[in-house]
Parts: sequence; C-alpha cells; structure tokens
Amino acid sequence: MIVGRRLLGVLLAVALVWGIDAAATGVLNPYIYRVLVLCSINVILALSLNLVNGITGQFSIGHAGFMAVGAYASAAYTVYAVPLMFGARADTGWAAAGAFLLSILVGGLVSAAAGFLVGLPSMRLRGDYLAIVTLGFGEIIRVAILNIDAVGGARGFAGVPQRTNLAWVLGGAWLTYAVIRNLMRSYHGRALLAIREDEIAAEALGVPTTRYKVTAFVIGAFFAGVAGALFSHYTYLHTNSFTFMKSIEVVIMVVLGGMGSLTGSILGATLLTTLPELLRFASADRLIIYSLLMIVLMIARPQGLLGRREVTFLGRLRRRAPRPTPAG
Amino acid sequence: MQEFFQQLANGIAWGSIYALIALGYTMVYGILRLINFAHGDVYMVGAFAAYFLARALGVGTVGSASPLLAAVVLLGSMAICAGLGVLIELLAYRPVRRSSRITALITAIGVSLFLENAGIRIFGADPKFFPQVIAPRTITLAEGVLVTNHQITVVCVAVFLMVALTLFIQRTRTGKAMRAVAFHRDAASLMGIPVDRIITITFAIGSALAAAAGFLVGLTNPKIEPLMGIMPGIKAFVAAVLGGIGSIPGAMIGGLLMGISEYMVVGYISSTYRDAIAFVILIIVLLIKPAGLLGRNVAEKV
Repeated sequence: MIVGRRLLGVLLAVALVWGIDAAATGVLNPYIYRVLVLCSINVILALSLNLVNGITGQFSIGHAGFMAVGAYASAAYTVYAVPLMFGARADTGWAAAGAFLLSILVGGLVSAAAGFLVGLPSMRLRGDYLAIVTLGFGEIIRVAILNIDAVGGARGFAGVPQRTNLAWVLGGAWLTYAVIRNLMRSYHGRALLAIREDEIAAEALGVPTTRYKVTAFVIGAFFAGVAGALFSHYTYLHTNSFTFMKSIEVVIMVVLGGMGSLTGSILGATLLTTLPELLRFASADRLIIYSLLMIVLMIARPQGLLGRREVTFLGRLRRRAPRPTPAG
Repeated sequence: MQEFFQQLANGIAWGSIYALIALGYTMVYGILRLINFAHGDVYMVGAFAAYFLARALGVGTVGSASPLLAAVVLLGSMAICAGLGVLIELLAYRPVRRSSRITALITAIGVSLFLENAGIRIFGADPKFFPQVIAPRTITLAEGVLVTNHQITVVCVAVFLMVALTLFIQRTRTGKAMRAVAFHRDAASLMGIPVDRIITITFAIGSALAAAAGFLVGLTNPKIEPLMGIMPGIKAFVAAVLGGIGSIPGAMIGGLLMGISEYMVVGYISSTYRDAIAFVILIIVLLIKPAGLLGRNVAEKV
C-alpha cells in the first residue's frame, strides 16, 4: 500500500511539474521564466550545501567547484558520448529526454566522486581550516577545467544542446528536497545532526563521525553536480560561472534562510536570486543595496530568516529540533 | 639558474605584499576568530587612497617624484584605511560579535561586497594608472637577474613594517594587551584590559598594513581597479592559514612562500596555473600539519 501511495505521489509530482512548465511557457515572459529556472537551480545548490553546512555542521565554501565538475562532466557526456550511444535519435523526443537524464546522472556521479576525494582527506580538518581547504579545492577544480582544451578551456564550452527547462529544474529541486528531508528524518540523519550538535559526544556514543561526514559531503556534491548539469544544458558554459563568489553566494543563501532549515534554504535561494532582479530599478546602486541588505539582515536576524524552523504547507512554523533541556 | 634567481627575486617582492595583507587577517583572526573577508577590499581602498593622495599632492607628474612625498602618500593612505577598518568594525562587526561565527562571516562578506560595489560606483570600474611616485630604475643584482628599485622599496618597506609590528606586539603594553585578548578574551577582560579598545586598535593596525600593501602594489603593478582586492585577499588569507592562523611570523612566512611559489609556477610551468598553486601548497601543508606551519595544535577539551 505504502509503495503504491509513494508511486502515486511521484507520478503526481511529475505531472504537476510538467503542468507548471507547460503553463509557465505559455503565460510567463521569457525573462521571468529564466529567473525561475535559475531560482530552482540555486534551490538545489542551497539544499545540497545545507546538508553539509547546516545539518552536519561542517563548513564547506567550495560548492561551486562541485557544481563545475557536474556541469562539465555532463556537458562533455552530452557532447562526446551521447552521439555515439544514441546517434541522431538523441536530438528529439523521449530519446533526448533519456539521454539528458543520463547526462544529469553522470554529472551528479562524477561530482559525487570528486566530493569523496575532497571529503576524505579534509576530514582531518575542522572549522575554518576545512573551509579554506574546500575553497581551495573549488579554485583548483576551476583552474584545472580552464586548462582542459577538450571542454573549451578559456573559450568556454560551446555546442552543448539546450535541454533544461522549468520542468527539469523543478523536478530536480523537488527530488533534492525529498531526499534530504527523508534523510534528515532517518536514523542516518539523526547521526548527522548529532555530529553538528557535538562531534565529540557523537563519537563517544558510537557514531562513526568520519564516515558520516564524508557521506554528507558525497551526497551534497552529488546534488551540486546535478545542479551543475542542469545549468550547463541551459546557458553558456564557462568557468567564470563557478568562481569562489558563486560558492559564497550559495553559503549566503543557506545562512540567510537559516542553517539546517530546508524550507529556509529554498526561501534563501529564491530571495537571493530574485532580489538582484527586483533591484534592477536601482541599476547602478543595486549591488550596493544588496550588500547593505545582507549586512543589516545578519545584524537583525543572525540565525537566518527561519532559524532552524521549517515552513509547512499549512503555514505553521514548526521547530525542527526541540530545545535541549538543561542538565543538572 | 639565472631564471631561478630572477623568479625568486620577483617572488620575494610579491610575497612581501601578500605577507603584509596576511598580517591583517591573522591579527583579526587571532583576536575575534573572524575571517575578515573585507580585508582584501581594504587593501584596494588603500591603493585608491594613495592614488588620489598622490594626484592631490601632484606627485607622479614628471620630475616631481620624491621619496619624501611618497612617504607622505604612504602614511596618508595608511591613516585613511586605519579609519576605515575601525569604522567597519564598529558598524558591522561589533553588532554581530556575540552571534555565531558564520553570521559574522556572512557579515564580513557583505562588507566586502559593499566595498567592491561602492568602489565601482565611486572610483569607476575602469582601471586607473597609479602615478609613479618614485622614478623607476632597473638594478642588476647579478648577471641576468634584474630588479627594479620599486621591488626593492616594496621589500624594504614591508620588512620595516613587519619588524615594527613585531616590536610593537612584543614590547609595548598595548601589544601585550593584544596578545592577552588573543589568548583568552574573557580572562583578559577580567584582568582589566579594555577589550573593545584593543579590538579597535587591531583593526586599525591591520587595515593600515593592508593600505601599505595597496600602495606598494601600486608601485610595482600600476594598474588599480575596484575588484583588485579579491584574489590577493583570498591568497593572503591562504598564506595566513598556511603559516598557522593567529601567528604573526607564520603570516610572514606564508606570504613569502606563496609569492615565491607563484612566480616559480609562472616561470617554470604556466601562468594559467598561477591561481591554483597557492591552494595546492595549502592543501599539502594542511594535510601534513593541520594547524599550519607555525600554528599551535589546540587540544580539544571535552
């Protein structure tokens, strides 16, 4: 029965997503459509980083690096491998969708492998040292891609077919949310939260902290790779999209929404993607206003907009973690 | 071998600039445990302050170059940036000092973005050419190894400032108070040390050193623009971490190491890898010594 209900839910979600896309394509102007697509990609990034930063309590500021790996791996797969595997059929219809799905998976998996490589040695480090190493890996990845000629190097990677639409990104965001939410509610999710609250205590209670931290890194990197894959099949692909500033942007989304709150990440990503667009009326001053708003928000609400709470459909605010009762 | 020594000389000059910026990072981190992301942009403001001061004083036009006026420009921009640093601490960092560290970090990023965008708005996005406040000359150190007098100035000024800073921190009362606050802020406060004032002084000194670096970079690489602080800022922070963050000699060693290795990469491999080498070295060092070269390994209390 439960399997049946789940399946029904999945089918409904898929139908909903395609419906929204069909409606959006017809109704919205291309500019708003584009902002919505970028919003959803950022939602995936923020959710996946929240798993590492907010839920596991590690501090990664190299998320753009994983996004870049996913973007380039999937783009290279689409450009070089798909014609060999599918031939000319891969340009239209179900074959195109299947090939795209595969390339998203490739992007996610390659990025997850990168996440494993980065995560494993980094786990000796804590706090700011971990942060700076993830930043370093992000930059190394970017510079390395810049020097690979097969993916365009400094010219950018041209010729990647545009396959991403709102349906794909909404589906990706929904899947990311569902996976991370279910993970958080599971036995393993509790272990991740325990590591965030007190790593030493968690270890003392028998939680294999290193394994969980690396796992969080790998899952986070996987979804960042998915976001990258969606991004690379949407717009011009160049390493300039994956600089250190992109990583920082994602960190800001997570912190602004509230570390550890999934709906907070969605809110943060949406706000930070649309805010610069909404501020376009101020043209030259828009980034000044944006940065000032950021400072003011941090001073006024240091725990982020939602803190650790989640917003539910009924509009109730629920505490994610109950306050610990004072001991003794 | 000539090539090696030439790149070494270039690397030392460039590394001294990194070291000066890294000192500001490491001092602030030592006291507040805050990665002051805006520090690289204070360095940018330092370069622009020097630029406008030099123009106002008429330094840099033909025949007007004089070491005295150059020193006035340097000190002026250091003073301006010291003020800026104090202002940033007061308006942005002090209100979030009791919040979590990541909140403070995001605030610092906000300040950094603000300085960059305000810089673009005020100074214009196009690069400016830094006036030649000291007439350029090329000096032959050994056969085939050429340095400019600007590079020598950079190293001399940087060494002088570092020695002065070390003496200040080791020998004066204020310096001792700074060490006490870095060691344990609450305990220092209980001993009657005015913690707020010490933090203000730390920001003033760190920002002044960044301004000096901005001036010196204007001498050797005369193209300045509002986003020039981003990359050197990150790399200087990497240098501080490399040397062991919180440690002042560590920042100097880290900065020099970073500058030299960058020029070695440019000389022997390819300039496209220049931005990556800093991080490669960092990761290798941290994997061997997780607290940096001179950092103390703090045992975790349970």
